[in-house]
Amino acid sequence: MKIFIPTPLRVYSNKQDSVSVSATTVGEALNALTAKHPDLKKQLYSDEGKLRSFVNVYLNDEDIRYLPEKDATKVSEKDALSIIPSIAGGC
Amino acid sequence: MLKLNEQVYDAIRRHGEETYPFECCGVLLGQSVDGVNEVEDAVRAGNTRTDSARNRYQIAPQELIRIQRQGRERGLDIIGFYHSHPDHPARWSKTDFAEAHWLGCSYVITAVEEGIAQATNSFLLTGTGEDDKAFEDEAVEVAALEAERC
Repeated sequence: MKIFIPTPLRVYSNKQDSVSVSATTVGEALNALTAKHPDLKKQLYSDEGKLRSFVNVYLNDEDIRYLPEKDATKVSEKDALSIIPSIAGGC
Repeated sequence: MLKLNEQVYDAIRRHGEETYPFECCGVLLGQSVDGVNEVEDAVRAGNTRTDSARNRYQIAPQELIRIQRQGRERGLDIIGFYHSHPDHPARWSKTDFAEAHWLGCSYVITAVEEGIAQATNSFLLTGTGEDDKAFEDEAVEVAALEAERC
């Protein structure tokens, strides 16, 4: 399956805008991604191993935080993960 | 440096005027070439901070995914974002900085005073992560559109 990498993180994925991994669950896919590109791990996860609060990961159009089975959600080759850092602000 | 044509520049500013007194927001699509963010298009986005839209904005991740997908189909990347500051200077705030995570991208801010766009400034988010990120003032080059040939 494909994992789409946002612009600011492509420096850690050999400038690729997507990475293909083999996985059967969301968790496996993310582990495969950071195994392929170890420098991504610190950008995505805190020292406690949790996804950083401003890092949103979507399985197709759903936020993985709200999936009933979260990281254990099954995925297929047709699915895609998107990593999307938050965008917000104000005066 | 941020490069954009006058049509995109005007569209960004007009958006801020239309949403006044609330903050507008949107996504800049283009290419990053040798450290210069060249904008091809500005895509309006919804402000999900309806609870505090006068001084806060947020773009839903689902909308970013959609815009990113559309950009990909056109060979364009997300290279920045824009929003407006109603009756407030066109400079990044503490909130803007705390919520900025798209390293290497340009954050464009337009001051809109009493419904009229004033200054439009751009700030490049530099650094390698949350620990060393910083906003740097970025020059904005607005190119005139070429006149159509009859």
